[in-house]
Amino acid sequence: MGKYTPNGENERREMLEVIGAGALEELFSDIPSQVRAGELEGLPEGASELEVMRRMKKTADKNRVFPTVFRGAGAYRHYIPAMVKNVISKENFQTAYTPYQAEISQGILQSIFEYQTMICDITGMDVSNASVYDGASAAAEAVSMCRERKRNKALVSAAVNPYAVETIKTYCFGNGMELEIVPVRDGVTDTGYIRDHMDESVACVLIQSPNYYGNIERAEEAGEIAHAGGAKFIMSVNPISLGVLKSPGELGADIAVGEGQPLGLPLSFGGPYLGFMACREKLMRKLPGRIVGQTEDHKGRTGYVLTLQAREQHIRREKASSNICSNQALCALAAGVYLSVMGNEGLKKAAVQCMSKAHYLAEGLESIGFTVENKGEFFHEFVTASSKDSDEALRRLEDAGILGGYPLGDGRLLWCCTELNTREEMDKVIGILKEV
Amino acid sequence: MLIFEKSRKGRGCDVLPECDVKTVLPSDANMRKEELHLPEVSEPEISRHYSELARKSHGVNDGFYPLGSCTMKYNPRVNEEAASLCGFTDIHPLQPEETVQGCMEVLKTAEAYLCEITGMDNMTFQPAAGAHGEFTGLLLMKAYHESRNDGGRRKIIVPDSAHGTNPASAAMAEYSVVTVPSGEDGCVDIEKLKEAAGDDVAGIMLTNPNTLGLFDRNILEITEIIHGCGGLCYYDGANLNAVMGITRPGDMGFDIVHLNLHKTFSTPHGGGGPGSGPVGCKKFLSEFLPSFLVKGEDKLTFEKPSRSIGEVKSFYGNFTVVVKALTYILTLGREGIKDAAENAVLNANYMMAKLKDIYPMACRGFCMHEFVMSLSQLKKETGMTAMDIAKGLLDHGIHPPTMYFPLIVDEALMAEPTETESKETIDEAAAVFRELFETARTSPELLHQAPVKTLVTRLDEVKAARHPVLRYR
Repeated sequence: MGKYTPNGENERREMLEVIGAGALEELFSDIPSQVRAGELEGLPEGASELEVMRRMKKTADKNRVFPTVFRGAGAYRHYIPAMVKNVISKENFQTAYTPYQAEISQGILQSIFEYQTMICDITGMDVSNASVYDGASAAAEAVSMCRERKRNKALVSAAVNPYAVETIKTYCFGNGMELEIVPVRDGVTDTGYIRDHMDESVACVLIQSPNYYGNIERAEEAGEIAHAGGAKFIMSVNPISLGVLKSPGELGADIAVGEGQPLGLPLSFGGPYLGFMACREKLMRKLPGRIVGQTEDHKGRTGYVLTLQAREQHIRREKASSNICSNQALCALAAGVYLSVMGNEGLKKAAVQCMSKAHYLAEGLESIGFTVENKGEFFHEFVTASSKDSDEALRRLEDAGILGGYPLGDGRLLWCCTELNTREEMDKVIGILKEV
Repeated sequence: MLIFEKSRKGRGCDVLPECDVKTVLPSDANMRKEELHLPEVSEPEISRHYSELARKSHGVNDGFYPLGSCTMKYNPRVNEEAASLCGFTDIHPLQPEETVQGCMEVLKTAEAYLCEITGMDNMTFQPAAGAHGEFTGLLLMKAYHESRNDGGRRKIIVPDSAHGTNPASAAMAEYSVVTVPSGEDGCVDIEKLKEAAGDDVAGIMLTNPNTLGLFDRNILEITEIIHGCGGLCYYDGANLNAVMGITRPGDMGFDIVHLNLHKTFSTPHGGGGPGSGPVGCKKFLSEFLPSFLVKGEDKLTFEKPSRSIGEVKSFYGNFTVVVKALTYILTLGREGIKDAAENAVLNANYMMAKLKDIYPMACRGFCMHEFVMSLSQLKKETGMTAMDIAKGLLDHGIHPPTMYFPLIVDEALMAEPTETESKETIDEAAAVFRELFETARTSPELLHQAPVKTLVTRLDEVKAARHPVLRYR
């Protein structure tokens, strides 16, 4: 069996002597015999490294890796620059704890400070936290932080990613907030509905843009309605899109959240991902999660610490703004490296390519009889409807190593293109589907 | 220097090719007007920048890390290797089931093994961290009571030695927190618990061994009292490393358990995440679990529990963290899991024995995987605090124990050496602790300035909080 315990029999004996115990068993004497476990029959025997790797490889091989992917719906395959994996594999980052001991954690703290700055920059917000679990939990935390004594209701667009809506619903089941889903009309949030349902009980309005169907929302209008009613305006955004689309800051949002996975994290069957969360300065003390701030040491040298901890669970316990403790620090580091490598021009380029390619594919699909449902502007996702058998269409693509659009039911497919998709791949899709 | 300060207009990396289709841009109304200020830095400079930041960070591989309740054990390299197989990393979460049978096998196998270790019947991997698991577990309680038309139960009992996340999680589930005091022996005061128990109690959250490093020997009586009043028992798995393979929360009477795969099951902490906080439960609660359960033998399928509380995040949790934990369990096996717990307890008792003549311990007798020292006497005599000793350790390349926790111990330092440290490492660390104690008594002014060998000295946290600078401008 493999093991990671250095001490052998001799050391163990010496240690027991120092402890003053006759046998190891004595150390466990507080555990009542009625609750002592027998042999854990359900566990396997231990194994050598090679055996374990063979087994894990065999398991991984039962999955099918698609060389070409046209599916997003909340998880996006982008090119990950070599630098990203290289940096997050560095053991000093990977094996460190949360940087409570600032004097020996300046590297991690600085990387988070830089990440916060970049998130503020792309979203147009003033303050960012050090990350939360993922886009869905970020949305749920954002809704919770808007709650006020007399404002207990959240208006959430039905065009927000379904996992985020479900997560918000679960958090509301927990904390007792009321949730009202705003219907979608022609693929975008029905702002008239928001206007009609705005009252003094509404704490916040949440929309996603580009939304689940890829459409760019009338965000400014939604924000104005929210603000006129005294509610906060939350926007969930795709970080890559911010290279070319108006930022939540420009659109009047109070809080910006989103799934940070596109910023250098692999698909990994859904996680670990990264929830980013940023807000206006006036909401700073309501923002959950870790926040890093700049300060100085006794000698006046610049340094970084975890700050505003009066919001947090280890200080405030049941009065904390959230229970969050571990976040996704290493994923935030990956996002920071990704944005540094891409830079302003690289992020714009990725965004423009995502958008351009999605339009190329959409036009191609239209040319072979699919109907593109998106009426207005869309970013890198769009929905097609067709009288063709969508299951058959997807199967044909899979046979060619292509993961096609995500089936939404009734023959509708949600497609996604990123900078990774080549014109050749898209022509291939169009060629295959023409025959269906 | 910040990466932004290294930025020079026009520098950068050439990552993407030119676009091979006609360019489409947003309309003017949707086009971003605000300029981006991401760093413009060349690749060699970026590479050096992050190497420098790595050097200024301190991981388990940089030295002894006896951070109590955090279980900073060695993170095996083979775990990372397994988790970076492209058969795991390149899988889209919304692929057809027949193309993700390997991922589903990982979830199913990990569920089976972790249920065996904890004595639970089912487990969800969706929660991303321990606190997220706590929240999930409390929602299971809430859904259970509501399903029995017994939703009037509004109280969660938490001992005064509990982790801060416990009461914070209870508040997120809209429960009010009732704190029960610890008795003389550091364990739950049974009489006080009986007084708190009643038909308004939804349940109890408990970690055992507790944060003093003691196994509560009345555990069966505790869980019986709670069950007796109609409540459920929640096990905070933060301290499972002491008892895995030796005793199971399920056998102690717990109904719900969360684990911290990034503590007990050797996955790295990543400077604060990603973790993984799976939640296990007894059969009668399985129908409320979030996300999906994996069913089937040859052909695996996802099944939504019938009365699920919903989703607590996207998809199936921090999947590749689960891959790492599974790799660890397969490596250790049933004998290795138990061996790890035994050595964790042995190492903690050894370290305590090497220090207890000068550092007063919060409890008498043996400890489990961690122990708590109280420096209140030292503070009275010398003015030196737990903080001073902790900072002194930094100059010796040792990460300090958890400071000022649990709250019930004055000037607390809570140490958890873990099983992956050798006797020599503990001997060296004990010598440092003793030296610092001596320094505290003879030249306290020296210790008060510590650390001096680090890149920065003590930082002004008050200034950071009063005049927050949270981004570069």
